Amino acid sequence: MSAGNGTGRPLLAVNNIEVIYDHVILVLKGVSLRVPEGGIVALLGANGAGKSTTLKAISGLLRTERGDVTKGTVEWRGAPIHREGAADVVRHGIVQVMEGRHVFEHLTVDENLLTGAYTRPGGDALRRDLDLVYTYFPRLTQRRHVRAGYISGGEQQMLAIGRALMARPRLMLLDEPSMGLAPMLVAEIFDIVARLNREENVAVLLAEQNATIALKYAQYGYVMESGRVVLDGDARTISDNEDIKEFYLGLTGVGQRKSYRDVKHYRRRKRWLS
Amino acid sequence: MAFFFDLFVNGLMIGMMYALVALGFVLIYKATSVVNFAQGELVMFGGYVAAALITLYHLPLAIAIPVLLGTMVLLGFVLERVVLRPLVGQQVISVVMVTIGLASVLQGSAALVWGAQTKNIQLPIRLEPYIIWEIYISPVNIVAALVSAGFLVAFAWFFRKSRMGIAMRAVANDQQAAMGVGINVRFVFAVSWAIAGLAAALGGVLWGSMLGVDTQLALVGLKVFPAVILGGLDSVPGAIVGGLMIGGIESVAAGYVDPYVGGGTKDFLPYVLMILALMIRPYGFFGREIIERV
Repeated sequence: MSAGNGTGRPLLAVNNIEVIYDHVILVLKGVSLRVPEGGIVALLGANGAGKSTTLKAISGLLRTERGDVTKGTVEWRGAPIHREGAADVVRHGIVQVMEGRHVFEHLTVDENLLTGAYTRPGGDALRRDLDLVYTYFPRLTQRRHVRAGYISGGEQQMLAIGRALMARPRLMLLDEPSMGLAPMLVAEIFDIVARLNREENVAVLLAEQNATIALKYAQYGYVMESGRVVLDGDARTISDNEDIKEFYLGLTGVGQRKSYRDVKHYRRRKRWLS
Repeated sequence: MAFFFDLFVNGLMIGMMYALVALGFVLIYKATSVVNFAQGELVMFGGYVAAALITLYHLPLAIAIPVLLGTMVLLGFVLERVVLRPLVGQQVISVVMVTIGLASVLQGSAALVWGAQTKNIQLPIRLEPYIIWEIYISPVNIVAALVSAGFLVAFAWFFRKSRMGIAMRAVANDQQAAMGVGINVRFVFAVSWAIAGLAAALGGVLWGSMLGVDTQLALVGLKVFPAVILGGLDSVPGAIVGGLMIGGIESVAAGYVDPYVGGGTKDFLPYVLMILALMIRPYGFFGREIIERV
């Protein structure tokens, strides 16, 4: 599938943004990326590379952490949105699922889902969507009236995604959905995300440290390091890249898993930019 | 035994009004993390406005009450917007000092505008007490308890079931996540203050009609702290139970102890209870247990 990056007007375009925290700390140094309508785009990189900051710059949550987009633009269907508040961004159809799930622990599962629809008028459509979320996440059905603080981590991640879905988004920003979850659960959650993408036409921008699984589901990928995008391309191209294999996928050139026993000494991690 | 029940029942009805005032306090603390030392002064201000409308301008109750409620809701909105919003993100102590300052300003300006002498609020309620099973119950107390209970029930429904109520609880739980789902957190803050203003308006009329309106009315606020500490600072049911407990206990204790010590038990005992609560169960009976999964 051609990811469509570059051709036609993208759903979301991040143009060379710079983000500064607390007026002094430069965190993003010119990040550009595109998400096409209905696509899944992966944003890869190690801890502290700037993935979460990029997502927060898009969703407007940056300002809650004293961060600010000082240069560049974020465009939604061609219109700039980087000056708008988080609530307005949600109204446009962009919802972020934050790292670490951030469900409302003291609210029940049902109530959590209802908060997700805060920006929409109530009524039948809302009730139908609530049922829709439960059909995507059948595990949550038995937990409807349980406080979200008492459900398992996997269920909380599902709840966080379901809550985002209640806003009827066109783009979901997923921040580390695999964090702290068993591999089986991770696969289950990614399958559901892929289904949402197909059936509900929700585009996904996926920030992940787990590059293997992210590239399996994404059509296009960006690799970040120290606040910059250092590499981008089709998911296939990226997973074939020697350096990516070495540093993110833990594979050798022949595609076998590398054992620590074979490594006599550690090679210094490659830096793309000085 | 009749003496005991007499004290206890009347105490509970007073406690219902403590609960009403405490609710405003808890709501603001829960939603905005502001410890509002001006809650008693808000009640006093509500009382002054009520006295002005009813006694000074002789408005009929059907007009005066809606005007009063509207004024206090508006005051809540304005205080949040003008006084507290600029302080978002500042240290707790700054915010606390501002609410203490706000208390003085409210007290001073009410006295400045309407005068410091005590005003009466005449509500069309009969004065002779009802006698039920040898218990003397004054009609004002009954009306006050019923109005408070009605407000508390309505609020409980709003807080648990309505979408705005759920949004308020969401904000209290995790502000950033609430912003992330598109909840307008500032509006929620404003609504919390507006509801606190509403509770203060009702409290002001009811207390004012019992005690008369002057700046001393703000002392009602002092009973709020024992009530909320006992119930749990961030718990709405706690505010109600705490209010009822303080009301019941102080009334009974005052009835039995006051003749020997010459009065003052009512002012003293709630704080003894508060200190005991802080020693034994500092988060109160209903305070938030932090949910942690292991």
